[in-house]
Amino acid sequence: MISVQHVGKRFRKLQALNDIDVSFEAGQVVSLIGPNGSGKTTLIKSILGLVRPDTGTILFNGRPIATDVNYRRHIGYMPQIGRYPDNMTIGQLFRMIRDLRREETELDEELYFRYKLDTLSDKSMRSLSGGTRQKVSAALAFLFNPPVLILDEPTAGLDPVASGVLQEKIIREKNKGKLIVITSHVLTDLEEVTTHVLYLQDGRVQLHETWEALRKRTGEHKLGRAIARLMEEGTAKHEFLYLKIAN
Amino acid sequence: MLKISRYVLYDIARNKVVLAYTLFLLLVSLGLFQVEENPSKALLSLLNIILIVVPLVSMVFATIHWYNSYEFLELLLTQPLGRNKVLLSEWAGIGGSLTFAFVAGVGVPVLIYGGSAAGVSLLVVGVLLTLAFTSLAFLASVCSRDKARGIGAALLLWFFFALIYDGLVLLILFAFSDYPLEGITLALSCFNPVDLGRIYIMLHLDVSALMGYTGAVYKDFLGTAAGMAVTLGILALWVVLPLAIANRIFRRKDL
Repeated sequence: MISVQHVGKRFRKLQALNDIDVSFEAGQVVSLIGPNGSGKTTLIKSILGLVRPDTGTILFNGRPIATDVNYRRHIGYMPQIGRYPDNMTIGQLFRMIRDLRREETELDEELYFRYKLDTLSDKSMRSLSGGTRQKVSAALAFLFNPPVLILDEPTAGLDPVASGVLQEKIIREKNKGKLIVITSHVLTDLEEVTTHVLYLQDGRVQLHETWEALRKRTGEHKLGRAIARLMEEGTAKHEFLYLKIAN
Repeated sequence: MLKISRYVLYDIARNKVVLAYTLFLLLVSLGLFQVEENPSKALLSLLNIILIVVPLVSMVFATIHWYNSYEFLELLLTQPLGRNKVLLSEWAGIGGSLTFAFVAGVGVPVLIYGGSAAGVSLLVVGVLLTLAFTSLAFLASVCSRDKARGIGAALLLWFFFALIYDGLVLLILFAFSDYPLEGITLALSCFNPVDLGRIYIMLHLDVSALMGYTGAVYKDFLGTAAGMAVTLGILALWVVLPLAIANRIFRRKDL
């Protein structure tokens, strides 16, 4: 469904993405994990067309995303830090987005109501707490019932109840056969839903396999443990290299 | 596209800066026409104020509005909307509201008191300058992610076109005063929309005699219908070109 082909991106000195070559299919829940600054958000933003890769192409349903922006109507995006016009109220924001995408008929307002955003519709975006802002982002991402959902740190800043609501929602959408890409550092959140694990480090794909295969390979049943083991091996390799150079 | 512009306009209407700008222009124009007996003289005074104020306000307002609505633009770009569309809608919203302010603030008094050819040309030039400096402001804004730097660049551009450029031209004229420079002066003024606007209106006011020999050359070339069309064409280029470059940069930018 989404095919990322040899994508590279450099920000001045930092090689944010280095020859990323992966593809995601419908029905998968991909956990995109990696240490801070490993290129997760850059990869997501490249898929959304917010960051222009230096090399490589990204295909959505077989068509390059650079030529036509309409593919974005099939993606619901929840940013890591939701930034919205300060002087708009929640109600105005939702009305505007719906107005801009009037052709969409089928709306999914479940999160909007479950997060009780309708009762807050007169609140300006400026006055919202981080968590409420996150709820707005989540409700917007699911609003048009898109076949692809890209969620960047969805549970960060949400209280346990809201986080649970979101988890349930993700599972339900997964069962509908949607493609869901999630990044998170709270790995226990991912464990239950994930089907594939994509591990990035320093802008490179270190690992891309199914959660089941990973479980068998590492012998760990917790995603956190499995990843921690991989990370340790990774750093061990680094240290080894360093020692080799130093001596 | 118009839909997005509508939301930009809605946002501008709420912050009342444009309303204040309209009232300011209205007061100045009405005041000048009241004080001066001769509407032509009043137009000349008005011209001098407009040539300073219109570029400055267009530039500063457009830049600040751009940076303040950055979140709005980012949000739009996660929706199925192209970058061209988003940038042009934003430009249309800002340029449209500033044009409205100018036409309401200056146009109405001018048409009441001095509805001559000169008055109309003042309006045309004012509108073109508004749009040209909005485009320049967009160019300054897309080049930098940092708000302070963007506004600084916008102010510098204004400073350059409103003040420094004339000084440079004068310097060249003095340094090479032994040579025939009329053609070059003419060409040089094309590189500054403010100068171009000033000359265009001066010719309509028949004060070009005061500008000496160069004035005569101006009159010779720009006084003809073709010359005037060319002047307006170049002013229009000052609207289109910076916007096109800004659009190009914005399309490739990482957000």
